[in-house]
Amino acid sequence: MPDLAIQTSGLVKTFDKTRAVDGLDLAVPAGAVYGVLGPNGAGKTTAVRILATLLRPDGGEATVFGHDVVREADAVRSRVSMTGQYASVDDEMTGAENLILLARLLGHRKPAARARAAELLEAFGLTEAGGRQVKTYSGGMRRRLDIAASILNTPDLLFLDEPTTGLDPRSRNQVWDIVRIVVAHGTTVLLTTQYLEEADRLADRIAVIDHGRLIAEGTPGELKSSVGAGSVHVRLRDPATRTEAERLLTEILDTTVYRESDPVSLTARITGNGRDEAAAEQASRALAQLAAAGIVVDDFSLGQPNLDEVFLALTDHRATEETAA
Amino acid sequence: MSTTAETGTTYEPATDALATVLAPGARPPRPSAWSASITFGWRAVLKIKHVPEQLFDVTAFPLMMTLMFTYLFGGALAGSPTEYLQYLLPGIMVTSVVMITMYTGLEVNKDIEKGVFDRFRTLPIWRPATMVGYLLGDVMRYTIASTVILLVGLVMGFRPSGGLVGAVLGILLLLGFSFAFSWVWTMFGLLLRSEKSVMGVSMMVLFPLTFLSNVYVQPETMPGWLQVFVNLNPITHLVAAVRSLMAGTPDGGALILVLVWSVVFIGAFGSITMRLYNRK
Repeated sequence: MPDLAIQTSGLVKTFDKTRAVDGLDLAVPAGAVYGVLGPNGAGKTTAVRILATLLRPDGGEATVFGHDVVREADAVRSRVSMTGQYASVDDEMTGAENLILLARLLGHRKPAARARAAELLEAFGLTEAGGRQVKTYSGGMRRRLDIAASILNTPDLLFLDEPTTGLDPRSRNQVWDIVRIVVAHGTTVLLTTQYLEEADRLADRIAVIDHGRLIAEGTPGELKSSVGAGSVHVRLRDPATRTEAERLLTEILDTTVYRESDPVSLTARITGNGRDEAAAEQASRALAQLAAAGIVVDDFSLGQPNLDEVFLALTDHRATEETAA
Repeated sequence: MSTTAETGTTYEPATDALATVLAPGARPPRPSAWSASITFGWRAVLKIKHVPEQLFDVTAFPLMMTLMFTYLFGGALAGSPTEYLQYLLPGIMVTSVVMITMYTGLEVNKDIEKGVFDRFRTLPIWRPATMVGYLLGDVMRYTIASTVILLVGLVMGFRPSGGLVGAVLGILLLLGFSFAFSWVWTMFGLLLRSEKSVMGVSMMVLFPLTFLSNVYVQPETMPGWLQVFVNLNPITHLVAAVRSLMAGTPDGGALILVLVWSVVFIGAFGSITMRLYNRK
């Protein structure tokens, strides 16, 4: 199947008694950024380590470009590279030495290895730092060197395990830009993240996983609309009017209205069956009714649910199902 | 602007520059097993270059061992330190180098937790190359230690009848055995959870192995039950073989035993090491 970079079915990995990956099914199309989103301990890293041939699964199957990750590990290794959660570079060596070492291990002869290292340092803005030991680098520089090492032989599939965790916003943006350029050149990127914003910005498709299982999958837009057409946020001028506003909104929108911790705010999720017109229509009717009832509204907004809401909705749902079972 | 790369904050990923490095050139053929191992050996050498203090254990430690035991036991055991040195030097050289082999385990244990190990393990190369690389780096350290001891010995009055050739052959045999024996430590380095436990196990193994041998005294002077252990101890065979080479009277039996031991160490502990390495 040339269109799929990764395919897994029923993947299981158990540590002691914890099922870190618990029957995971993934189908990752080639040539795009695929986001794997989940909280800490959801099994993201374990899944990536299995796919990168670092761990053997206890059950199920996984293939990368059609090669089985256990039986044909070597074929997989020649097409992927991985940037781990903790920088996969050697602290005690210089940036240049790290790249030369890898270039040599990937089969470049000495002069070619040096040239390739210099070229990469230049492209990643590390030329001047190249002669220093990596332990003197900032988090952003280290991450750039790490990615440079990962594309030394431009891989067909690049694993980025939480590439921006612990980075300042500026370095994070740099990493995002680099990822976009890498993907534009035909490399498939599998990115794990616990940041919804990151998945939303970068990924073409997202798998949401929790407790080692896939709980939702789709484009960022699909995931959002699966939870509802959007949310209405209302900010009132007078906290005393909140109860009345809550009653009116519940009636008109026919949905649950949440009180926010801030005493003048209310939020309601509109279930417009995925039709945005209906949501907008309902929302404007609600606004008109509030005004007619003499409630002053300082701020009113209708937005698509963000991935935070999607994630909470999906995990809540699952928690309820489990209790019922 | 010269601080661009230094601060890491003013760098802007340039599409053009990155496009150039991403242009998928032809991938070179994968390196041979030997070439990959040598490259990892180069990594070990680079580490010594960056942290030269770590050579302390292969220079000062052997020096101390040689001086200490020669003058401590020399008078009592052989009448004079110089007399005793003729007997002791090959043995103390073996002891020092074999003791140093345990650093292999510490190094592996320290490295395995680092992210860079994951990168090595995802490379399409000959699997044992990473471990062989460590050992090649270590063989260099063993060479330094042996040379230091030989030189100190010569200064103190060691006069091997086998001459320079005999001494060099003895050292080569020791290096070969140590390379094989170090696989015990790569195994423990991968198996145990902390550097401390690697250290503890190393001591438990090395002390009896080096002391309960023919390094310091003739085994005939020991009680019978102890002689049984001493005569089975690979260190005893190694010391006998190294002594014989340095004395210019090669002991064929001991040499064969040392080679057999070396093959056994690589076969048994090398394969356990690789199993652990692949499963880590």
